[in-house]
Amino acid sequence: MAAPSRDFTAPTVQLLTPEGELRPSPEAEEYLPLVEALPDAALEQFYRDMVISRRVDVMGANLQRQGQLALWVPSHGQEAAQVGSARAARPQDHIFPSYREHIVGMIRGLDPVAILKLFRGATLGGWTPEENGNFHLYTLVLASQTLHATGYAMGLQFDGATATGDPESDAAVLVYYGDGSTSQGDASEALVFASSYATPQVFFVQNNQWAISVPVSRQSRSPLSLRGGGFGMPGIRVDGNDVLASYAVTRRALEEARAGEGPSFIEAVTYRMGAHTTADDPTKYRTDDEVAYWTARDPITRFRTWLEGRGASAEYFDRVDEEAADVAAGVRTRALDVTAPPRSDIFAHVYAEAHPLMEAQAAWLEEYENSFEGDQA
Amino acid sequence: MTVETIADTSAEAPELRGVHTLSMAKAINAGLREAMRNDPKVLLMGEDIGPLGGVFRVTEGLVAEFGERRVLDSPLAESGIVGTAIGMAMRGYRPVLEIQFDGFIFPAFDQITTQLARMNLRHDGGMPMPVVIRVPYGGHIGSIEHHQESPEAYFAHTPGLRVVSPSSPHDAYWMIQEAIASNDPVLFFEPKSRYWPKGPVDHDHAGLPLHASRVVRRGDDVTLVGHGAMIATLLQAADIAAEEGRSLEVVDLRSLSPIDFGPIVDSVQRTGRLVVAQEAYGFVSVGSEIAATVAERAFYSLEAPVLRVSSFDTPFPPAALETEYLPSADRVLEAVDRSLSY
Repeated sequence: MAAPSRDFTAPTVQLLTPEGELRPSPEAEEYLPLVEALPDAALEQFYRDMVISRRVDVMGANLQRQGQLALWVPSHGQEAAQVGSARAARPQDHIFPSYREHIVGMIRGLDPVAILKLFRGATLGGWTPEENGNFHLYTLVLASQTLHATGYAMGLQFDGATATGDPESDAAVLVYYGDGSTSQGDASEALVFASSYATPQVFFVQNNQWAISVPVSRQSRSPLSLRGGGFGMPGIRVDGNDVLASYAVTRRALEEARAGEGPSFIEAVTYRMGAHTTADDPTKYRTDDEVAYWTARDPITRFRTWLEGRGASAEYFDRVDEEAADVAAGVRTRALDVTAPPRSDIFAHVYAEAHPLMEAQAAWLEEYENSFEGDQA
Repeated sequence: MTVETIADTSAEAPELRGVHTLSMAKAINAGLREAMRNDPKVLLMGEDIGPLGGVFRVTEGLVAEFGERRVLDSPLAESGIVGTAIGMAMRGYRPVLEIQFDGFIFPAFDQITTQLARMNLRHDGGMPMPVVIRVPYGGHIGSIEHHQESPEAYFAHTPGLRVVSPSSPHDAYWMIQEAIASNDPVLFFEPKSRYWPKGPVDHDHAGLPLHASRVVRRGDDVTLVGHGAMIATLLQAADIAAEEGRSLEVVDLRSLSPIDFGPIVDSVQRTGRLVVAQEAYGFVSVGSEIAATVAERAFYSLEAPVLRVSSFDTPFPPAALETEYLPSADRVLEAVDRSLSY
């Protein structure tokens, strides 16, 4: 049974209109100084990040279609929410992603080949957080990472690694999840713990309107941003297709977290332009009109229009396009070189300490496989 | 942290030298205190474990000694307890969690099996998870639904976890410290019907490693294997059998994952007969695994099929029926008779 329609509008922080004009909504006025303080180089970096993100995303989807990946999780359409929030974090912050935040990882220094390795079936993890800008592993069981992030933030408090007043060292935790994940029990439990212990943490929900084929109205009968207040923390709705607003709101929330003022909940309203994964077929559940509506709100077009108005040259945009193409091509080539790990990986690291079953079964498999050597000339 | 260093530094806490008579609840309390004194990274989290000391008083007095930063009364959310502990372990802490009752571990099942158990593997060995989950478990206490369960097989079935269960105060004192020292996640099942009987605890001599099984009574005719509260039942059965002229050997598993099969197989090679007893459901149980493995490793020594004595494959009944539901010494001896009849 379809639920009766309700008003899903809520005050939204928006700095850039869909037409690419800097015209802050009333809620966004207070954030304007943060954006005005950004140097041109930072703005150009935002644009470059978004274009690279989309190019790598298209490459990943194509690789899956060509049978080179088991699965790909597209981020097309969510570039502004991801880039703006990621660029708001400081190096000492810790980031707990869901599984769609490819550009967030890249911004933190992660080689995207590590992500493709995961979707190519060559690893269950792929990278070391401390060597990749504190960007933690993807989590496929929805919302599980919200609790890990909260526990990590509690650890920062125990260590005195936050709220000392030193912006160079005080750390916070930024955790990503989506509108579908907000229905998971873990997502609510994480908000309870975070609020109760006043963790240095920002919950960043990308509301991309669809949890595979189910609309956000099935997850929540009120704007998701209201969840924050219900759990005792600020809840802010931001235009997730506006990179400036996503940046400013996240930056403010992270600063408050590092200063010991507790956690915040951000709902970034965006749209998943592509499929949920390459196993999905969105034409079965959403309309062309809806896609057209969001196409007109494209995060990259909007920001480009604004940059053009500020005098960015055609050469600059061409250069970024070329760089993005080069990055994607390089990643593609190296991803195709990823091969199966050694069979000993099945057993290695299941336990940190010696375990008799692991030793016996690894030895057995080795002997069994070796027994075929020479059978096939 | 190793067992040896715990024993060495116990000199700093003179009241914990020598042999004392303690209940298992007090022995675990003493073990937790010792671990917390020796390693500032050890912290406790659970429901009602602070000023109340837990519903079984196992953490009594610890918040007074170590403060609220290291003894956390958590929100009432088991998945939240385990999930946040994973984040703390990522930060270098060694959380020891209390699940209030056996039947309440299931809200945390996802975090334990899909996250905690795999985190180190997913990080290629770079993210050990030294998390201990204490679970009071088992029947014989006449309590209401979800308060008398034996869910250990679910966790023994899950790769990446270690599962242990002490049967005596001495083992409980040492095994909790060894579990905390482990860099792998450990499910620590505490047989709650054995919380109160007292026994000697030697604070100077740790005895066996965490995962070693042990012969607790020598015998020649039939081998009995069990764990936790079942050991008391098996020893009682062996006493009764002795009066009838039968000599039963009793092996205490102590560890359910991994299982130390050496002493079990050695015993079966002498007796030729094995009865496995457990409070848990018998179908797809730890007892089933022991029966299969002993059949593989001691086939030519067996004079009779391995027999299992378990609770029935039904939910734990109303407590008024628990004595008929749980394996008793008589039910164990009935299986012994059957084994000897082959």
